[in-house]
Amino acid sequence: MNKIIKYVIADLLRSRTILVYTAVLLVLSFSVFSMEDNADKGVVSLLNIVLFVVPLVSIIFSTVYLYNSAEFMELLVSQPLRRNVIWMSIFIGLAGAVSLAFAVGVGIPVIFYAATASGLILVLCGCALSLIFVSVALWAAVRIRDKAKGIGLAILLWLYFALLFDALVLFLLFQFSDYPIENGMVALSLLNPIDISRILILLQIDISALMGYTGAIFRSFFGTGGGVALTIAVLILWSAVPLWFSLRFFKRKDL
Amino acid sequence: MVAGMVRAATIEVGPRHRITSIKSALELAADGDTIRVVGGTYREGNLAIHKRVAILGVDHPVIDGQKQYEPLSIFAPNVTIQGFTIEASGQSAVTDIAAVKIYDTHHVTIADNVFDDNFFGVYIQGSSQCTIRNNRLTAYGKTEQLTGNGIHAWKSDSLHIGGNTVTGHRDGIYLEFVTHTEVRDNHSLNNRRYGLHFMFSHDNGYYYNTFTNNGAGVAVMYTKHVRMEHNVFSENWGDAAYGLLLKDITDSHVAHNVFSRNTTGILMEGSNRIQMQRNQFQGNGWALKIQASCMDNRLTQNNFVQNTFDVATNGSLVLNTFEHNYWDKYEGYDLDKDKEGDVPYRPVSLYSMVVEKYPMAMLLFRSFMVVLLDRTERVLPSLTPENLKDDRPLMNPVDL
Repeated sequence: MNKIIKYVIADLLRSRTILVYTAVLLVLSFSVFSMEDNADKGVVSLLNIVLFVVPLVSIIFSTVYLYNSAEFMELLVSQPLRRNVIWMSIFIGLAGAVSLAFAVGVGIPVIFYAATASGLILVLCGCALSLIFVSVALWAAVRIRDKAKGIGLAILLWLYFALLFDALVLFLLFQFSDYPIENGMVALSLLNPIDISRILILLQIDISALMGYTGAIFRSFFGTGGGVALTIAVLILWSAVPLWFSLRFFKRKDL
Repeated sequence: MVAGMVRAATIEVGPRHRITSIKSALELAADGDTIRVVGGTYREGNLAIHKRVAILGVDHPVIDGQKQYEPLSIFAPNVTIQGFTIEASGQSAVTDIAAVKIYDTHHVTIADNVFDDNFFGVYIQGSSQCTIRNNRLTAYGKTEQLTGNGIHAWKSDSLHIGGNTVTGHRDGIYLEFVTHTEVRDNHSLNNRRYGLHFMFSHDNGYYYNTFTNNGAGVAVMYTKHVRMEHNVFSENWGDAAYGLLLKDITDSHVAHNVFSRNTTGILMEGSNRIQMQRNQFQGNGWALKIQASCMDNRLTQNNFVQNTFDVATNGSLVLNTFEHNYWDKYEGYDLDKDKEGDVPYRPVSLYSMVVEKYPMAMLLFRSFMVVLLDRTERVLPSLTPENLKDDRPLMNPVDL
């Protein structure tokens, strides 16, 4: 297993895409922080990049990589190796490489310029999002044999999580604003890992505004120990469940 | 009169002196005398002062109200109470019992005392030219009803309230029908309701005070000609908490203040002709909520930094002037290098209006959808008031 992970990571770290991704994140973060005069504003500017770009790159890059290494996987399967070992190694390799790229690209500038609670949560959320979207990509790629269709599905999934879901929530919120929907809304936001990350960072940088009426609900949920534990559990579930589904499918798949 | 001044004597009170109670010292004293009280605890019920005396405590002797009495009632002018610890006044829902109550007189000084666990701290009614200086007032009221105000003045004139620290009372400083008064260098923290609360109190000045973490911040109402300068309003958090609530305040100046980390920095309602200059708004949820009922207010040279929303309003009519302020969210440019932005800044964002109407929408704040909506609105204002804009926003923060 270690050998496969090592091979996948080495292969990925040498790939131009990951290097460019790291470099772009580095340049972006450094320039954002040197332009903004205070750290929190830099974190806000980076927030949009992280919530938008990280899921996109993670999901598209992983899907493309999986399709491109279909032959390599066939080779591995022909060896006396168990299928879940192969699949898990590929996941760990991919997730490790993508989150390492993010950790270097955004983590280093954050440590230099914004080593605050909000900065650290930003980095942690970015890593979690990398894991989650690699796992979602695995599921999409294993379900669909056709490369073009598979990448199409990956883009659609990203579009759903990054844009459509929020539009849906906004719509529901306007429609049902006369009802006591607060707890329902919090529960709904747990259905989208991007929203969870955003709210966690919001709790750090917009705390004053959140202390108003709705803030009480926010804080009583996300601000308490139980709430934090639940959000972390949900984020872990978000990376584990698609992975588990993909694994189940991969084991039975006729390559 | 002259004879009286010459005769002025000092009466010593203490456990080891001939006179052991303040009450008997008060009976012996004549106008102009000084009563020096040495350490110990004095439980003498209510001490009513009808003579012009100075009562000075040495090493903070304790005057205990035993949770029943009003420890000190002052009826005479030119009385000084200095250096005491006054604690455990009675509590009542019917009469306002205070640790020190000043009744219809003038030139009273209350200085360097510690007030602990009283209902009202210092209560001034119908008096003038009184000084309340360097006192520390602490109460432990669980609810607004179970505690009185720290420094409470009613129908008074020309008071000087300075250097006091008030915590745990209902309102830190409360003024009603009080005129020509200066409130300076006070700290009002962790009070149940308001840090400072005044109504119908014209021509007063508030300088260099700090109001932090009070239940509902600071609320001032129905008053004209107020000057509020160099104060700090911070960490007033909650749905109905404001750094500063200005309700029906007219012809006033709000300058050089710092509003930091409040849910709402300033809420203005029915307030006219207020000059707001050189204030720092930092890290507030809403820096300024200005209702459509306000007119002819001028906001110039203020810094708006790191606020979630800069300005919110509730209508489309705008009769106020915003000019030469620094907004950290401003994205315009300055081609002619005159340090003023060349395109106007619109401080009201669409989403702040949405949140006003649907508070729950805060859940989606800073999501891509919302950023998109805000951007579109900035380019083509349709829902936000068109005239609420700063035509000449500053490119750099104002030095305060």
